[in-house]
Amino acid sequence: MENTYDVIIIGGGPAGYTSAIYCARALFSVLVIEKLSPGGQMTQTSQIENYPGFEDGVDGFELGFKMQKGAEKFGTKTLRSEVIGVELNGEIKKIVTADGEFFGKSVIIATGADHRHLGLPDEEKLIGRGVAYCAACDGMFYRGKTVAVVGGGNSAAADALLLSKICEKVILVHRRDTLRAERAYHSPLMKAENVEFVLDSTVSEILSENIVTGIRVKNKVSGEEREIPLNGVFISIGRVPNTALFKGQIDIDEYGYIIADETTKTNISGVFAVGDVRTKPVRQIVTAVGDGATAAHYVEEYLANL
Amino acid sequence: MSVITVNKENFQKEVIESDRPVLVDFWASWCGPCRMVSPIVDEIAEEHPEIKVCKVNVDEEAELASQFGVMSIPSLFVIKEGKVTNQSVGALPKNQILELL
Repeated sequence: MENTYDVIIIGGGPAGYTSAIYCARALFSVLVIEKLSPGGQMTQTSQIENYPGFEDGVDGFELGFKMQKGAEKFGTKTLRSEVIGVELNGEIKKIVTADGEFFGKSVIIATGADHRHLGLPDEEKLIGRGVAYCAACDGMFYRGKTVAVVGGGNSAAADALLLSKICEKVILVHRRDTLRAERAYHSPLMKAENVEFVLDSTVSEILSENIVTGIRVKNKVSGEEREIPLNGVFISIGRVPNTALFKGQIDIDEYGYIIADETTKTNISGVFAVGDVRTKPVRQIVTAVGDGATAAHYVEEYLANL
Repeated sequence: MSVITVNKENFQKEVIESDRPVLVDFWASWCGPCRMVSPIVDEIAEEHPEIKVCKVNVDEEAELASQFGVMSIPSLFVIKEGKVTNQSVGALPKNQILELL
């Protein structure tokens, strides 16, 4: 059959391309399907400091390209296209893309995760009009303005710090009474004079007149609601796995992650899940690349027994 | 066709007075999602001679960016006969960009 590969990998982030390097070095035919450019979520970090081997840090975008080149050196092919459907049961798995159908004897799912949205009315409509998910990308459009950062984890803390250097005022809205972010962030945030904390609170509404004009926050303890006028809302409340394509075919947990243990095997034989899309306790680039190597091992075992 | 770098000076001629539909990509070098979209936009320029593809660097052309109300990048605009007919924010795969057109 035309367009048939030993291994089809969906997603070109660190987990996907590490799987590709290992599978291609094992002399399997490998196709990586990536809808954008390589690197996945890494591309949003210009200075990655916890990936070993780069004592001065490394640009996530460059690292993604290097991983792609490394895999292609051993014969991996990359198709830049969006996957719009899959049929994973059966010995030959079908992957439907915007640019045609492809068939894999095995499939590695490496679709990663995306920004979680608050799920408020008008949120989607206001993206690019005051609602943003990437402080590094959009911070400069709010120079001298007042913005809110919603969230309490590491990325919310990092976003608030970054924005405090650009904006007049940053309001950090978090639903708990303390931040979940690592301690390293706490003291610089406390020291930043233009960062105000609105704790124990959730955003109940994004106020707008064509563009964002404010937020309504609700204090969870007192029940009190109030409006805060501002120009932008940066939402940093974690990630949501990209698994919509696989629902109904593959076992997925209540949070949307594909259920697979350290072997990366899913409930469907010949289908593996690697990186942030898989149920796992720690989601880092290094754990994603670890998954890639592991998946390649079990793919090899699976293909040998076909 | 090659991608045209648009600034305040050539905007009128290249975009507003274009006889072909124009895809304008507002981007910046420090924006990861912009860099992910950039090669896709380049590919569209090569494969679709009927479309004029332009890029605006928001660092250099803040005035154009604010004229278009750009508050998030990458921002893509489709302009036909001088008028914005479609727009989107964020990194999109090629098929979805082509749908905008």
